[in-house]
Amino acid sequence: MKKILINYAHPAKSRSTVNRSLIKTTNSLEGLTVNDLYANYPDFLIDVEREQALCEAHDIIIFQHPFYWYSTPAIMKEWLDLVLEHGWAYGSKGHQLEGKIFLQAISSGADAETYQPSGYNEFTYAELTTPYRATAKLCNMTWLPPFVVSGVHRGLAQDELQKHTDDYLKTLTALRDDQIDLVLAGQQETLNSDLNSVIKAGM
Amino acid sequence: MEAFLLLLFIFLASAAIAVPVAKKLGLGSVLGYLVAGIIIGPFGISLIHDTEDVMHFTEFGVVMMLFLVGMELKPSLLWKMRLPIIGMGGSQVVISSLLITAIALFFIPWEQAIAVGLILSLSSTAIVLQTLQEKGLMETGAGRSVFSVLLFQDLAVIPMLAGLPLLTTLAIAGDGGHGAAFFDISTLPDYQRVIITLSAILLVLVLGKFATGPIFRTIASIGVREIFVAAALALVIGTSLLMMTVGLSPALGAFLAGVMLSDSEFRHELESDIEPFKGLLLGIFFISIGASLNFTLIGNNIALILGLTAGLMIIKWLVLVAISRVFKIDSKERSLFAIALAQGGEFAFVLFQFSRTHGVLPNDVIEPLISAVAISMFLTPLLFLLHEKLITKETNNTQNEADDVIKKSDQKVILAGFGRLGTDVGRFMLSAGIKPIILDHNAGNVSVLRKFGFEVYYGDATRLDLLESAGAAKADLLIIAIGDKERAIRLVELSRKHYPNLKIVTSASDRESEFEMMDLGVKAIHRETFGTALSLGQEAMQLLDIDPYEAYRLMRIFRKKDLEMTNELYKLRNQEESYIFYYQQQHKQLEQLMQLDNEEKLNEVDKAWNAKDPTL
Repeated sequence: MKKILINYAHPAKSRSTVNRSLIKTTNSLEGLTVNDLYANYPDFLIDVEREQALCEAHDIIIFQHPFYWYSTPAIMKEWLDLVLEHGWAYGSKGHQLEGKIFLQAISSGADAETYQPSGYNEFTYAELTTPYRATAKLCNMTWLPPFVVSGVHRGLAQDELQKHTDDYLKTLTALRDDQIDLVLAGQQETLNSDLNSVIKAGM
Repeated sequence: MEAFLLLLFIFLASAAIAVPVAKKLGLGSVLGYLVAGIIIGPFGISLIHDTEDVMHFTEFGVVMMLFLVGMELKPSLLWKMRLPIIGMGGSQVVISSLLITAIALFFIPWEQAIAVGLILSLSSTAIVLQTLQEKGLMETGAGRSVFSVLLFQDLAVIPMLAGLPLLTTLAIAGDGGHGAAFFDISTLPDYQRVIITLSAILLVLVLGKFATGPIFRTIASIGVREIFVAAALALVIGTSLLMMTVGLSPALGAFLAGVMLSDSEFRHELESDIEPFKGLLLGIFFISIGASLNFTLIGNNIALILGLTAGLMIIKWLVLVAISRVFKIDSKERSLFAIALAQGGEFAFVLFQFSRTHGVLPNDVIEPLISAVAISMFLTPLLFLLHEKLITKETNNTQNEADDVIKKSDQKVILAGFGRLGTDVGRFMLSAGIKPIILDHNAGNVSVLRKFGFEVYYGDATRLDLLESAGAAKADLLIIAIGDKERAIRLVELSRKHYPNLKIVTSASDRESEFEMMDLGVKAIHRETFGTALSLGQEAMQLLDIDPYEAYRLMRIFRKKDLEMTNELYKLRNQEESYIFYYQQQHKQLEQLMQLDNEEKLNEVDKAWNAKDPTL
């Protein structure tokens, strides 16, 4: 059983239905730690030692956050800037994150179709998240395409939200139990575009 | 009595007129005093005649000056200066003495030549230190080197006094003994004298280190200021008496006492109490030097005396230039070092007098030399002035670059008030490597904090003289953490008036005193309890299960709005009705802005994070 760390970054949680629902579902999962960055560091003074210890103690590191401006909320950038130190995360002596899985779980305002060359947002999720893919690569982590909940702007119907929440729980469970086909998953546009195909048979 | 008062009046009045004029002309106070002395002296308008007694009495100003200088030097710093003191000071005295003796040998017998050489090797502590301090040069490399040499000279006076009688060739005129204060230890056997002398020095060191603290603490707690002044004066005078009794230089004793007190919490208080006495005594001392210039003698031997003066200064200058090269003094500071010490000193007066009474030197040798020494002393401030005009022009261009390398920890900060608020401010600054000069006027509080290792000084920061001796004129920033409303405002007024360039950051007990401080032009004002109120509120919200980041943002928004509101309220502070109206109106707006349960309208906190579909 692998250990999962969710670094949760949302500056206005009380206004978010999607992320709240997603984070709530993780309660039922054993071996999972939620680290609420905005709650722990409201003044952005990130405790680097604590964060590094958390990363070291887990095998799968997930960043769950809204997809603000094709990117992350501010505190996550601060987190990356401070926590991923040379000699710890990267560099000839930095191997602490080696082999761990990197995953983003994002909620995006527009629908998934707009994130296509022909769509309104022009670029795909995979393209827009390349900085994080590169970050994971530099830290010798195994990168997975993001878990995406899209269309948040128009407001998701209750059953849609429930489906995403269930999928999220399924993904986390499979990751924890090492049931994701990492090679296959790495080729997907998003991790949950065809969830059942990347989960190993027997689940 | 009347005669004494009249004399005092003449001295003080002439100083009060001459010094401001000299200062206005950019000549410095020393020149002002000297000129005043010439004018009121026997060769001017002849208001005073025999100034020798006055000179001897006011020489005590030099003792006080060395006491004050000693307080600026911590023992560790003095220890670090031991090489320059012995090296530069020693070579200056030895080489100058030898050269002057060698030249004097052409004119007078060798015993007299040696005496003249020794006496003329000394420079003027009074004029040089006073001028350096006035120009703010004491902290520079050249200032320190100059001081090292002067300190060695003060030490050298003692063996000179002991050795000069060995050079006696003439019949002794009058009584030769230097009247010791209580008893004459010269009658005792040598080993006892050594023991007594060493114990006296030890006594000064031990008492200075351990006894003064409790004594001054007790006196300070009584709160009668003149008693503190009295105790301070008694300390300096007592030390001098003790030193004179055992045949040591009182200036040296006072200096040692000063060094022992350099770590004391009463340092700045002592400094500001002694300073006016030192200033007055030295001033009168300089006046009496001016008055003692014998113009008849000078007039009759003008060529001889001018020649002596020039010769003296040139020889000493050359020696100093050589020393500054050997000891690798910074090339920019060499010229200041050399001209600062090229004159004869007030010790020469004492030693010439001593030589006369001991039959070492005849009158016709002493008279022209004393005049030459006095003229050289008179020329020193002028040389400083000349040096300033010539050199500062050159160095002005490089000044700007030098400013950038000032380290943050080199900045001078005064922290006034070390109570509940000041303690935390001080700890904060200290942990960041900024060492403020901390002033507090509660003697009990100060001694407790000293035990914890804080460098706190006893004294009322709202007193101008204490601010001055804490270095307000050179400080970059004044932090006011005084709880008492009136005293805080008085301090703001005082520093705005006397140090308009000193930056101020202050706490204010309430909105009213905040406005008063704004009236005085202070920008950085923090209401004393406001910060605590905000953190309390933030924590309270968190305990009510409000998201921590939201609570934090609300706190920040409230703080920002309060600042804006303060500026508006300040404008309306004299119109009660509109003041209250505005206050209430602002609070209503603030409520709307920050409302947590406002469903239809997003509050200020998370407006930013609720982007809408861009196609809409």
